[in-house]
Amino acid sequence: MLLELEGIRKNFGGVQALKRGDLRAAAGEVHALIGENGAGKSTMMKIIAGMYQRDGGDVRWKGQSVHFQKPGDAHAVGISMVHQESLLAPHLTVAENIYLGRETLHGPLLHKAAMQSSASRLIEENNFPLQAHWKVRDLSPAQRQLVEICRALHGASSLIIFDEPTASLSESETVEVFRIVRELRQKGIGILYITHRLVELAEIADKVTVLRDGDTVYHGNYKDTSMDEIVHQMVGRKVERIYEREKLTPGKEVLKVDIPGAAFSIHEGEIVGVAGLMGAGRTELCQTLFGVTPSDEGEIRIEGRKVHPKSPREAVDAGIALITEDRQQTGLALELPIRMNITMANLGAVTKAGIVRQAEEKTVSERFRDKLQIRAASVEQNAGRLSGGNQQKVVIAKWLYRDTKIVLFDEPTRGIDVGAKAEVFALMDEMAREGKAILMVSSELPELLQVADRILVMRGGKITAELPRETTQEEIMHHAAVGN
Amino acid sequence: MRRDMLQKLLPFLSLIALFIALAIASPYFLTSVNLSSVVRQTAVINIMALGMTLVIVSGGIDLSVGAILAFSGVVGSMAMVAGESVWIGVAVGILCGLAWGALNGFLTVWLNIPPFIVTLGALGIARGLTLIISGGLPVSGLPRELTFLGDGTVFGVPFVLIVLLICAVVTHVVLHATKLGRYTYAIGSNKEAAVYAGIPVGPYTVAVYAISGLLTGLASMIETSRLMTGQPTAGQSYELQVIAAVVIGGGSLTGGEGSVVGTLIGAFIMGLLSNGSDLLGINPYLQQAIIGAIIILAVALDEARKRKFSTA
Repeated sequence: MLLELEGIRKNFGGVQALKRGDLRAAAGEVHALIGENGAGKSTMMKIIAGMYQRDGGDVRWKGQSVHFQKPGDAHAVGISMVHQESLLAPHLTVAENIYLGRETLHGPLLHKAAMQSSASRLIEENNFPLQAHWKVRDLSPAQRQLVEICRALHGASSLIIFDEPTASLSESETVEVFRIVRELRQKGIGILYITHRLVELAEIADKVTVLRDGDTVYHGNYKDTSMDEIVHQMVGRKVERIYEREKLTPGKEVLKVDIPGAAFSIHEGEIVGVAGLMGAGRTELCQTLFGVTPSDEGEIRIEGRKVHPKSPREAVDAGIALITEDRQQTGLALELPIRMNITMANLGAVTKAGIVRQAEEKTVSERFRDKLQIRAASVEQNAGRLSGGNQQKVVIAKWLYRDTKIVLFDEPTRGIDVGAKAEVFALMDEMAREGKAILMVSSELPELLQVADRILVMRGGKITAELPRETTQEEIMHHAAVGN
Repeated sequence: MRRDMLQKLLPFLSLIALFIALAIASPYFLTSVNLSSVVRQTAVINIMALGMTLVIVSGGIDLSVGAILAFSGVVGSMAMVAGESVWIGVAVGILCGLAWGALNGFLTVWLNIPPFIVTLGALGIARGLTLIISGGLPVSGLPRELTFLGDGTVFGVPFVLIVLLICAVVTHVVLHATKLGRYTYAIGSNKEAAVYAGIPVGPYTVAVYAISGLLTGLASMIETSRLMTGQPTAGQSYELQVIAAVVIGGGSLTGGEGSVVGTLIGAFIMGLLSNGSDLLGINPYLQQAIIGAIIILAVALDEARKRKFSTA
């Protein structure tokens, strides 16, 4: 056995990212590591690569217990990692990036010629469409991935970890990555391959390990395992029902979208869910509707009227609000009080003769604080000092005050506790009852199943299925990860 | 691609154009007296700008260089007035600069404060300390030999030009042919990637600021030699000119870009602008405004080039 992990534990603050991580990887094998977002895959890989320190458990490399303190330690024994997000210096050349942190020296000076020629040789041997002197910033995402692979190959590795290498690649580039992975396996190198695209397993996997909520729940030979079994292991947790939503009879059609990859409509009083894996294009769909990245093709109709929002401003004027997935970055002005955050999208309503009437602003924001039960001593408290759930309520209050007909929620429960989640769901239900049309993007399948009237499933930038409220997690995962 | 090359060469072409324009506009411009005066005037800013190039390439900024120049000049002068030799005095000035630079780097890394804030604070501290130790008065009575540093010639060539060229060559080699230089680009280009490549980012960052400080210390002694007093108010707003020289020469304030050749061109453009304005009798107050406008123009052109490049 090349690498063995046993009972690895890792906490971040109060959160247990890994509870019992087990893994065994052999030379000349492709070992797929799969699991949903947040299952602990990346944490486990980063522990192997020496970027994180484990809190408990044992890591054995070729039978010896090891403890890597920094990325260099793992690299020294022959473990390298191909990162998901490109960890390259864009201003440097391909050769300079391959040698970054382990330059060949000639006295005090860099031995540029030696590095350049051996990088060229490495590229040639692998038939990569690269030149050693090209600047990395001019490369496509796929080519950058190849540079990462060169970095890994350069160290004469015996184990290479691929962290979702195909996440940003096209179909043909993905095939190319598979070819490279197979060649590496041929050379007797051990491969750990993290992915959440189950289709990829059939292409390359010899062994499969499934992580769920920080636990290794399954380990076996790929060919002895059915796809259904893997999906079941990935989502297998018991559904916690924290909220029951009564089914309403939808009213007239409010939003009708017909743009490339997405055709759907939402009626008054409806909550339509959007499921999909990371990178499936869910956030992008919201951003298109909200005018952040306008679509040139197709059309969007609101209550029968054609609209074409080219900026958030135009989208809001047309009656669309977006509650973004990252409230700290795009949802709130953290340094400003609750009062100013709530009136931010509708400041005109509290402005008379060009002057913002602070007294009226205060009344308005106190009304929303009481209605939404935002737990803050005063509306003068800074939004940044609130808990996640209360911050989310401030964002919702902002859009309630603006009173748009359509509200898009992107991951509305991210980073908030169970109690606050139920409150957010209750608010969404109330908005639906008032006749608003709601789109809810979520990675939490149980929550979608509890709140949404219908669920759209996205994969690779397109809506690939529309499922009824009575569907199951397995069904959604099947459409999100595998397709037909 | 050729268009991109042309735009990259823009600073150099501007320098040539400026040179020719001034040669035509003023008969006095091409005299050796005037040209050597341009070199002497520019040398101080130029040497400081070499250090600033490293800092900016690493994705940092140093606002304290003008204040460090005053501090190092005054302390170096006091050493000589107290009876130390010119050699010791100059060394003291250089070491003061080095110490301030290292302190800036150390605070940036250790306290994890943005360099803009650290060096803004250092600017205030260094200015204040300079005024305290000098009592607000110039330090005079410097040994006559010191004039050679700023005003001497070797075979008719201004000595400062030789010093500048040596510094430029060394900085160029450091930036392009040593680990330090490579890591400076890597840190400025993508700090996270540098960390993940196992590069000790902290010590290298300190080194970058220390080198900038060292060059500022050297510049302070040249300035002192030219004034023949240690001026506690020397170097006012030099940071503006120094940063401008780097940026005009293609340095990017987001890091990862910049070169010694570019910086030299940038500094000489500024030097010629100021010299030309003097020769043509342009109001010195207007000169300042022109320099400010040129900085904005240079960055705007550079941004336009980059945007075209990224969408191409």
